[in-house]
Amino acid sequence: MSPLALCLIFSSCLFCVGLAGALARGNAILVLLGIELMLNAANVNFIAFWRYGPTHASSTGVMFVIFAIALAAAETAVGLALVIAVYRHQRNIRLQEATKLKG
Amino acid sequence: MTLLPLLIIMLLTLGSAAVAMMLRNLIHSAMLLIFSWAGIAAFFLWAGAEFVAFAQVLVYVGAVSMVVLFAVLLTRRSRADLEVSPPAWKRILLAVFPSVLVGSLLIGAVLGAFPPTTNSSPAPELTVKQIGESLMGPQTAALLAIGVLLTVALLGAIVIASPEKSEDKP
Repeated sequence: MSPLALCLIFSSCLFCVGLAGALARGNAILVLLGIELMLNAANVNFIAFWRYGPTHASSTGVMFVIFAIALAAAETAVGLALVIAVYRHQRNIRLQEATKLKG
Repeated sequence: MTLLPLLIIMLLTLGSAAVAMMLRNLIHSAMLLIFSWAGIAAFFLWAGAEFVAFAQVLVYVGAVSMVVLFAVLLTRRSRADLEVSPPAWKRILLAVFPSVLVGSLLIGAVLGAFPPTTNSSPAPELTVKQIGESLMGPQTAALLAIGVLLTVALLGAIVIASPEKSEDKP
């Protein structure tokens, strides 16, 4: 098996673990962590194609991953602030009970 | 065999991520996810992207993990709140079925697209100097946009998380 295919399988499995966690868990923090895992899987894909892709001597993949990490950090900060806001309103962070805005 | 380190990194990262998504204790989940992020940083090191690996360690293993642990500790009232009740079986099935479907589609596409060869091309040379010149040269607009976005996101996070003054005065 070529290294590129193994890296892509790695990122696919990581994405699926994150997706299953984000869909199955009812705790808001665990859902956020699942989304973080999916973002990390995308970064693994970028690095894999940068390393084994057809074009060499290019920094595009690394640049993209650096910006993606910065975006993920901002997303985590806002997401955990939302978790704390939800906790202040309903005294727990179970997503099944966060139905105040439901029409 | 050059793929052995990658296989070990894969197994450790995927195993700790999967166990973290199944555990009931939130603190244990966060700790295992820190290990998983460190494994991803090890993958970046293995692939030759040292700068990205250190950025991953700084941002995820250092900063995001601490923010997550603080959020876990701030959103509980008693020790029992750390134990999350497991989701219902129907919910687990409804979550695992689409992710297994997506995963099998992705892995099938990967295995179909790349014939089983073992050729390994040399690692592309990319020094930190080149990254810095690229950030200050062609990517300056993106760097400025990221800076503005981080500032706005942090201000917004403070505004969202701060208590409303009209409702609950200390």
